[in-house]
Amino acid sequence: MRAYRLWIAVILAVAVLSAWMSLSDPHINFLGINRKVQVVQGLDLQGGSRVLLQVSPGTKYDDDTVEQAVKNVERRVNGLGVTEAVVQRQGEDRIIVELPGVREQAVAFDSIKSTGLLEFVDFSTVTQDLSEGACILTTEQVKLTEARLPEGATPPAYTEYTCPSEDLLNPTEEPALLQNGQPFKTIMTGAGLADAAATTQGTIGTQWMVNFVLRDGGDRVKDFETYVANNPNRPMAIVLDGRLLSYPTIQPDLSDAARAGTMDGGIITGSFTRDEARILAAQLKYGALPVPLDIIAFDTIGPSLGEISVERSIRAGIIGVITVLAFMLVYYRLPGIAADLALLLFIAINFALYKFIPVTLSLPAIAGFLISIGTAVDGNILIFERMKEELRKGRSADRAIEAGFERAWTSIRDSNISTIIITIILYFFGNAFGASSVQGFAITLGMGLVINLFTAVIATRAFLHTIVLVAGEQLRARPRLLGV
Amino acid sequence: MFNFAERRHLFFLISALIIIPGVIAMVISTLDYGSPVRLSIDFTGGTLMEVSLVNDVDEQTVRDTLKDFGLSDYVVQRLDPIPADSIAGAFDEAGSRWQLRFEETDRLDELKAFMRDPERLGEFWSPKSVEEDPAREAALTTSSVSATVGQEVTRAAFVATLAVAIIVLGFIVLAFRRVPHSFRYGACAIAAMFHDILVTMGVMSILGLLFGWEADALFLTAVLTVVGYSVQDSIVVFDRIRENIPKYRGEEYETIVNRSVLETVHRSLATQLNAVFIMVAILLFGGETIRHFIAIMLIGLMSGTYSSIFNAVPLLVSWEKGEIPFVNREARRRRRSEMSAM
Repeated sequence: MRAYRLWIAVILAVAVLSAWMSLSDPHINFLGINRKVQVVQGLDLQGGSRVLLQVSPGTKYDDDTVEQAVKNVERRVNGLGVTEAVVQRQGEDRIIVELPGVREQAVAFDSIKSTGLLEFVDFSTVTQDLSEGACILTTEQVKLTEARLPEGATPPAYTEYTCPSEDLLNPTEEPALLQNGQPFKTIMTGAGLADAAATTQGTIGTQWMVNFVLRDGGDRVKDFETYVANNPNRPMAIVLDGRLLSYPTIQPDLSDAARAGTMDGGIITGSFTRDEARILAAQLKYGALPVPLDIIAFDTIGPSLGEISVERSIRAGIIGVITVLAFMLVYYRLPGIAADLALLLFIAINFALYKFIPVTLSLPAIAGFLISIGTAVDGNILIFERMKEELRKGRSADRAIEAGFERAWTSIRDSNISTIIITIILYFFGNAFGASSVQGFAITLGMGLVINLFTAVIATRAFLHTIVLVAGEQLRARPRLLGV
Repeated sequence: MFNFAERRHLFFLISALIIIPGVIAMVISTLDYGSPVRLSIDFTGGTLMEVSLVNDVDEQTVRDTLKDFGLSDYVVQRLDPIPADSIAGAFDEAGSRWQLRFEETDRLDELKAFMRDPERLGEFWSPKSVEEDPAREAALTTSSVSATVGQEVTRAAFVATLAVAIIVLGFIVLAFRRVPHSFRYGACAIAAMFHDILVTMGVMSILGLLFGWEADALFLTAVLTVVGYSVQDSIVVFDRIRENIPKYRGEEYETIVNRSVLETVHRSLATQLNAVFIMVAILLFGGETIRHFIAIMLIGLMSGTYSSIFNAVPLLVSWEKGEIPFVNREARRRRRSEMSAM
């Protein structure tokens, strides 16, 4: 009996701790952990996007360039004000971007889609009629493409280049070249800029543009200054990812400033929307991607769907749990109380751990947790059925409890272990991007099974012995209370 | 006393009546779609889009829009609009809500712009008003998976299935290693497992043909979880038989088996009921996106309990009696000679 007093104390301590963590959001600063303990909602509950990017096929890359790309994407996304965005490298050449919440999420999504290679291009001698959005081949693009080619590959002819197929009607648009068949000359790239910001011009405030500051001693900044100084009243083209944004005419006073060495920045115009201007500013500020990336899979959850899902999941969980609690009570009577207490403890421990670890709660994760509740009572049912058999044979309550636990233990252990192994397999299956919903389910179900070994066996046993201790006399008189 | 073993032929018949339509559906599905259950974009690649519109348009308009955009292979399904009262600070309810599925994965931005044309589908509905939030988010939910990623998921699915099969087999071998005729027990548990796989796949296939349900990664999860539970159910009953054989020496095998089933049936049903409570609660009140997953899991779970009591155990008796072709010839011969002696 002594041993059970000890267990009851342990159980009470665990219960209080779990309840405290489940019901409040404490800030923990202990054992090197220093953070707020709170529920982490999955993207399907709070809305948001997950994007899987891959280095474009046929591009040469190494560890460093992919790492650089990860950092670049991360800065861009954070620069646009998405809080708690997660950017992770996956495998050799892939990057996973998670954009939780709905605020600014669409903009962030757009900002990682393009390389963000900005070029200032020599248009001083151009006589062709090129409109905004035209596909243009430059010396910089040729240089980058040839550098990314695998060893020994023949560089493509200028006419073989294509623009990213944004245009619906002309998916493989041929780039414009100079009259002599050579690419346009790049004066400077976005790498020469120190800072960029989206602004509006004029009193109406609908014309969006990007202000930029030159980097002192930056890459090819001198060339840029020379070009501006020497070409007053001539155009200079601004090209983003191979497409012509605009070709403003250089104002004479800007040329004067460049000649005098007092030019420190400028303005990029184009027909931008607010978001386009902000995206461009972020791309300029944090630099072009070292390798082009393709989006190979993504998931976007609309904002309203998540909100409804949370509400519904909570309601479903409460109804399901209450039904199970009521069933155990009605079917097993006094032992049912022990099982219900153990179940509540089970729920509290699980929930506390979800917040503490933290486990991201998605819809499948919640389903996994609820299903583990079904399994949690399975252990109790196995025990109680055995117990009833022993009681019918005329054993005393305490001995029947012990016999019930002893006999049922192997079944409980085996059934839990086999399902735990299956959840581990499912967890690894969920590593594949398209199957990631499986992972949440596997984690919560697996955790539930492990915790169940503690609550269904140790806790229920201690509770039962306590009940027998308190109500022993009445039990002998009325065995019905034990469900027999 | 209810005699499980005696009515075994009836139980086998019930299973057959459920499985046969499923198998027929799987054949039809394989002919039509190239796989026994309709596969979702998780495996095949493609795009699944959920669109809420301000306007209430008819299905033909949606189809025409997709067709005019240049999509050839698309599936359009009407969904119930999100009820206005379930969103905090909601304005008007959406006019209509649609689920679209197609192969295209690249030109999604253009497609969205194309759909928003007032001549086509009109503006996307959003839970917030334009005045409140100028950069409002439309209620679009989109998943897009390229063919490469789809193939990877398919490969991962095969590996996971294989791993679960090995684990389950290993577990059965381990559980019955010291029982006489252990091979029989293992084989019967596996037969029950295949029963459950056939039932869940069959039901999924029928639902796929009738309502366009598609098997995604979660479907596979449901099947694999069910397999685990099903084998476990069989093992619990078999455990009891193993325990009862030495206890009731002299009793006929059939009687011992029947006794064991009756002793464990409470546990099976009580456990089953609790799982059913939880799953029905999720089905009725839970999140919409996991409804198919839970439904399949529920069917699989019920099939698992049925198959362990009404298939695996009677199968053991049939085996003992030599009723199954090609196995246990000795018992068969004995039975024949008994019958001719009579």
